Amino acid sequence: MAADQDRWQLLLFPDAASSVAGSVDILFWTMVVVCGLIVVLVFTLLLVLSVRYRAGARVDRTPSPKLFNNRWLEIGWTLPVLAGFLVFFGWGAALYVDIFDPPARDGEDVRQINVIGKQWMWKFQHPEGIREINDLHLPVGQTVELRLTSQDVIHSFFVPAFRIKQDVLPQRYTRLRFTPVKTGRFDLFCAEYCGLSHSGMVGKVVVMAPERFQAWLQRRDRGESPAREGERLFRQYGCSGCHGAASRVNAPDLTGLYGKPVPLESGETVTADAQYLRDSVMFPSRQVAAGYPDIMPSFKDQISEEDLLKLLAYLQSLDESSRADAPRQKETDAP
Amino acid sequence: MTRTPEHTVIVAHQFENLEQQFDADLLGMWLFLVTEALLFSGAFLALAVYYHQYHDTFSAAARELHWLLAGANSVILLTSGLAVALAEQAADQGRRRAALLGLLATIALGLVFLAIKGYEYHSEYQAGLMPFLQQPFAYDGPNPHNAMLFYNFYFVLTGLHAAHMVIGLAVLMVIAVLTWRWRDGARVARQVRIAGLYWAFVDIVWVLVYCSLYLVGR
Amino acid sequence: MIRDVRTGPAPRHHYLNAGHGLASWFLTKDHKRIAWLYFVSITGFFFLGGLAATLIRLELITPNGDLLSSDAYNRLFSLHGIVMVWFFLIPSIPTTFGNFLLPLMVGARDLAFPRLNLLSWYVYIIGGLFTLIAAVAGGIDTGWTFYTPYSTLFANGAVLAAATGVFIVGFSSILTGINFIVTVHTMRAPGLTWFRLPLFVWAQYATSLVMVLATPVLSVTLVLLAVERVFGVGIFDPSLGGDPVLFEHLFWFYSHPAVYIMILPAMGVVSEVVSCFAHKRIFGYRVMAFSILAIALFGFLVWGHHMFVSGQSIYAGVAFSLLSFLVSVPSAIKIFNWLATLYKGHVRFDAPMLFAMSFLGLFLIGGLTGVFVATLALDVQMHDTYFVVAHFHYIMVGGAVSAYMAALHFWWPKITGRLYPEMWARVSAIIVFAGFNLTFFPQYILGWAGMPRRYHAYVEDFQLLNVFSSAGASMLAVGYLLPLIYLLWSLRYGAHASANPWNARGLEWTVPSPPPEENFERPPRVEHEAYAYDTDA
Repeated sequence: MAADQDRWQLLLFPDAASSVAGSVDILFWTMVVVCGLIVVLVFTLLLVLSVRYRAGARVDRTPSPKLFNNRWLEIGWTLPVLAGFLVFFGWGAALYVDIFDPPARDGEDVRQINVIGKQWMWKFQHPEGIREINDLHLPVGQTVELRLTSQDVIHSFFVPAFRIKQDVLPQRYTRLRFTPVKTGRFDLFCAEYCGLSHSGMVGKVVVMAPERFQAWLQRRDRGESPAREGERLFRQYGCSGCHGAASRVNAPDLTGLYGKPVPLESGETVTADAQYLRDSVMFPSRQVAAGYPDIMPSFKDQISEEDLLKLLAYLQSLDESSRADAPRQKETDAP
Repeated sequence: MTRTPEHTVIVAHQFENLEQQFDADLLGMWLFLVTEALLFSGAFLALAVYYHQYHDTFSAAARELHWLLAGANSVILLTSGLAVALAEQAADQGRRRAALLGLLATIALGLVFLAIKGYEYHSEYQAGLMPFLQQPFAYDGPNPHNAMLFYNFYFVLTGLHAAHMVIGLAVLMVIAVLTWRWRDGARVARQVRIAGLYWAFVDIVWVLVYCSLYLVGR
Repeated sequence: MIRDVRTGPAPRHHYLNAGHGLASWFLTKDHKRIAWLYFVSITGFFFLGGLAATLIRLELITPNGDLLSSDAYNRLFSLHGIVMVWFFLIPSIPTTFGNFLLPLMVGARDLAFPRLNLLSWYVYIIGGLFTLIAAVAGGIDTGWTFYTPYSTLFANGAVLAAATGVFIVGFSSILTGINFIVTVHTMRAPGLTWFRLPLFVWAQYATSLVMVLATPVLSVTLVLLAVERVFGVGIFDPSLGGDPVLFEHLFWFYSHPAVYIMILPAMGVVSEVVSCFAHKRIFGYRVMAFSILAIALFGFLVWGHHMFVSGQSIYAGVAFSLLSFLVSVPSAIKIFNWLATLYKGHVRFDAPMLFAMSFLGLFLIGGLTGVFVATLALDVQMHDTYFVVAHFHYIMVGGAVSAYMAALHFWWPKITGRLYPEMWARVSAIIVFAGFNLTFFPQYILGWAGMPRRYHAYVEDFQLLNVFSSAGASMLAVGYLLPLIYLLWSLRYGAHASANPWNARGLEWTVPSPPPEENFERPPRVEHEAYAYDTDA
């Protein structure tokens, strides 16, 4: 009996375990109530009108006065509907922008995790270097930013308890930011149909109290952090031959590049975000930085998604250290 | 508008009169052309999106195409459009020989167009610019992967257009036979007009194909 | 007394006995016989899709995926989607009732292009054969959405044959659409002005516009998909810099309006039925006509709401959400207008009306839950879950199929000249309504709780509601098989129907049942607006 009650509880009021989940639920239940009232109203009208005016019933059927039959009635039921819809639209849109483009808070410690989807598993790598498959361990209360990409087809990262979902695309990075606020084990599903074992591409997100999470980290064999591994790969793939400080090839210096605007040969300016850096490795001639010759070879089919993400982590770390170490020098660099 | 002697009028059973039938035929053809335009528009849209994304690569790839040959082809096709328009006028005025000549000229010019197009394909095949059916892709410009995307669109769009040319030529041949027989002048005039409408559409699409594939990159 | 009105002597000559033998059917140019060709073929596809659905629901009774292999399951839901969308729902009302009734309603002897009409049936059949070949030759496991790069680079199975089938059947839609538009424009009887047309004709007209404008985009998308798969020509292939999201855009640019191809004719049917069985002029005729056009038009602007979490710009998402809210307003207006039509009417509860009333209720719920998924923050949770599955089944099955059943019962006497057993028809209407809700309402809850769609095996917590859903599906199967039996029975044993058994208005009821081959002896002259019920209530 109690188990049954729990089950219904779980279906109607699923765990709300992220910082946005509560707000989504309020919106949902408000709409359930409003729309439920509309359903009751229409069903009642349907039954009452059709029974009261059933054929053969003796009721007054003299045509109504003109006032009632005119366009004011149409306007009268259109405007409230429209107004109600606009309220829901605005509410939902504001919340959506909040989920996918959260305002950056200064000094927030964001945990950056690399996610690769492939038929049919999820691969994660933590900033400490720990790898996981299908399960993702997180500390409660700390904001997480996932950088997601796919090795093959389109997948979708879906954690119902967090009320979030993001498609995971091949050759592209998408990101997803959220803050778990409850500890527990939560289902992770692939929501975009991806072939044979689509329904087996599931896992658990395990949210732990911070101290237990630290203990978990300690227990795991860490390996190197993605940034450190990326540094090694930077040399191994020969990137440093041209982009290194000692290089004599005319190639752009990548220190402090991440997140900065890059003027292009074509006259446009792009931001050196993850997607741009990725494309520059895979399709170097697509967007050539202004002032440099188009001589870089393509690394397409030669570098795995994992290694790319590590290189990115390295480039991103260069950005952070350069900002901390040499702010003055950067200013004098500017024209 | 169409003046015909009474005894030759054949109206399909569902129509009240010839005028209604002609209105229906013409509207039907126009609607069909709308659907054809939308068919091409999907491919053009996709091309435009990629053009925007890979502007430089696509422009460079476009410069490898035979824009002069294709330009000559444009002139040929537009001339055929003129010929079919003259045929329409002649048929409307009841001049059988002139109408037939116009139609034959249109067909001949259409065939020349296809021959030149075939030569273009052949030379691209030899240059290694046909990136499918296990053909090697020997493009030495920048960013060959994205350039390949451009050539794919080139072959899909021109191929789709060529398929429409073949259908159009088949239709024109049937109409030419009907014109040669000349059973019912008013009817033939309508048929020539409707076939001409289709041919005009094929012309216009070619102009768009030419501009968006050959000229945009120049 | 009522039976006297309904029954009458059979006419000596009518379209059904105007010719005999196979050639008289397969080479016919009579729109009424072509409608029969469609009736038979779409019924076949409906039960094929239904069989796939039955197996899916049987599998989902248990969470472990023990009845079918994952591969078989994936092929079944793909087959179900492809068959139901393209070979049943899209052609359903237009090719059957539209074909049969449009010329009768506008007072014409036939459609503008009878030969084209027959051709579009053959095109439909050829497309259907390709799809069946695909189903037999290994099946297809991409889902009906064919998303790249899965469909082009990864899926095994007969993707090409299925895509070819869908491509071909698209031309059937296009040809039917052209035929209807031209017919409405050029073949209306004298005196039949645009605002005297029955709303069913308006709905067919708007549907045809959508068919003609949207289907070609699907065709070219499928061509691009096919060349990518066959020739290895990368169009959406991300490793060439192609964009799979572009495929989604192109696909939904057709497939969202396709939803309106399914629901607009249903709205037309319900307007006819409600007005007849309330014996009252439809409330707000012009508003109804314009809202049909508005839905058709706005339907082209909302495709992006299928892609709120696809990685498209979030501000594009905001715009598409706003437009999606706007497209639901005309639908809401229609619901209120149908209700207002009942006011001060003489409502009868014959089977067509029961089906129309269940349309109203189910379409309302489907529409309101559509508002949920149009709401951005909620769609993040609902997208690709059973909530969406439930929502579109309420619209397409609860809405479109209920209206199809209403039309089938309403015009059956006209089409066949026979009356069906009314009692059984009412029983069927009630079973379908109850079974439908039992099948699909639990899926809303499953979706909200997070059960993703297209899952062969699922988390154990979801089992109870899935059992409800499967139980409902078996009711639904009974509800749909019942009419097959009693309607076939009535063809032989039903009483002969009179010309106008429902005391309805409209030109189709002025000719005998079944109508003569030429429809009208002389072109009718129209003096009244549609639904002139108030003249002799």
